[in-house]
Amino acid sequence: MVSARVDDVPEVAIEVTDLTKRFGDVVAVRGVSLRVPHGIVFGLVGPNGAGKSTTVKMLTTLTPPTSGSARVAGFDVRRSPVEVRRRIGYVPQMQSADPDLTGFENLLVYARLYALPRANRRRKILDALHLMDLGDVRDRLVRHYSGGMVRRLEIAQSLLNEPRVLFMDEPTIGLDPLARHMVWERIKHLRAGLGTAIFMTTHYMDEAAELCDRVAFMSEGKIAGEESPSDIEARYGTGMMLDDLFIRYTGGNMLVEERAAAP
Amino acid sequence: MNTIEAVYTQITAITDAEIQKLVHDPIELLTRVIQPVLWLMMFGEVFARVRGIPTGSIPYESFLVPGVLAQSALFIAIFFGISAIWERDLGILYKYMMSPAPREALVLGKALAAGVRGLTQAVMVYIIGLLIGVGLRVTVPAVLGMAVMIVLGSAVFCTFSLIIACIVKTRERFMGIGQVLTMPLFFASSAIYPISLMPSWLHVLAMINPLTYQVDALRLFMLPGYQTSFGLGTDIAVQVGVFAVLLAIAARMYPLILS
Repeated sequence: MVSARVDDVPEVAIEVTDLTKRFGDVVAVRGVSLRVPHGIVFGLVGPNGAGKSTTVKMLTTLTPPTSGSARVAGFDVRRSPVEVRRRIGYVPQMQSADPDLTGFENLLVYARLYALPRANRRRKILDALHLMDLGDVRDRLVRHYSGGMVRRLEIAQSLLNEPRVLFMDEPTIGLDPLARHMVWERIKHLRAGLGTAIFMTTHYMDEAAELCDRVAFMSEGKIAGEESPSDIEARYGTGMMLDDLFIRYTGGNMLVEERAAAP
Repeated sequence: MNTIEAVYTQITAITDAEIQKLVHDPIELLTRVIQPVLWLMMFGEVFARVRGIPTGSIPYESFLVPGVLAQSALFIAIFFGISAIWERDLGILYKYMMSPAPREALVLGKALAAGVRGLTQAVMVYIIGLLIGVGLRVTVPAVLGMAVMIVLGSAVFCTFSLIIACIVKTRERFMGIGQVLTMPLFFASSAIYPISLMPSWLHVLAMINPLTYQVDALRLFMLPGYQTSFGLGTDIAVQVGVFAVLLAIAARMYPLILS
């Protein structure tokens, strides 16, 4: 389940060109272009309402773009949505496991919707549950899970089809600090083991700094800039943080100037 | 896995999830027995004394049983629209639609689940029927025929309900619409009286109501000596035809429930 498949994996996980989405008069996403290479964690950050979730919905085939193109896992989201769906995993922003089923039963529904062969369905489900530290509670109804457990169950579910690209929309929103750190640990574990690209949205800069290899800043439907969290200090000087860049790219630049003025 | 096997797996994934929920919480099924009990043991007992309802050689108490069974299956099937809205609110439907399963399979899975729930009603209605001393056909072919008609009728009304859910999108609006739809469906059918009694405008409504054909077929399979009004072939053809059209519409509309 965690084996990387280097043989037939396209070099680029996500290739987005001039992607635009309008809802009536409102332009939610304005000409976004992105390139996410394989095997990295890519963060799309920005304030609420910046267009992150709409971008994810287009990339995951849930809503068609108004114009522009997006290829995910080697397929065009508009022309071949089913091929894209086969190859991606998705952890939505809201908690979305079925509370009236057990953890195992929740995963079984998806194992069958993805038409995994019957012979190894059970093993794959158990592997995914163990990977997310849920082996012991697999037969408990999800209504008795904590928020962090539900989130890990959803991540387990998103891994069942061994996705080439895993989408996570605000993966730790609404979780307490302990649960957040557990989810972070699991995501890092995935990055280490899986040959999959992870595309996540967040508005927590500590989360982006902790998890992401590349970060794109989104503001008012546009990509305002792209950075690698690991070399921000090298590029901008000691003490420069992702928070400062967030503010510079997505709004006022007061804070950045303030810091620059300090000795 | 070939395509047919894959689609079968996808359809039953949805159906089995619904069945599993009933297994975890069977109390809800018991509460569903109240309505048929009221209709058969109160309404039926009183109206049987009226002796003004022409049901031929069949006593009114018996005539009513298939109608009440169809009614309770209808009410359960119509509930699936609300449960779809609830699943949308929980984010479950987003993930269903993000899977490679065809929309038709997702709808069909729900339709079959409504059928299974309808069958649990059938078990209870047969038990009530026996308790109040109604003569029901209990041969294997008759019971199988009844079961098929319950599944078919439930599939029709469940799919109809999903379409309504895709249009109204909120639970509150659905509750209102659901009331407005189910009672006329029930009264403008042959469920509790023969349609020959109806004024002509109501008769027309009853003739385009799939429930009328479901009840006709149910009476054939449940009551000894019942002569069908339209013939079993017509009863099945109407329901299958309506279901095929509703399935095609629901599969197209299903993603709209997300927006």
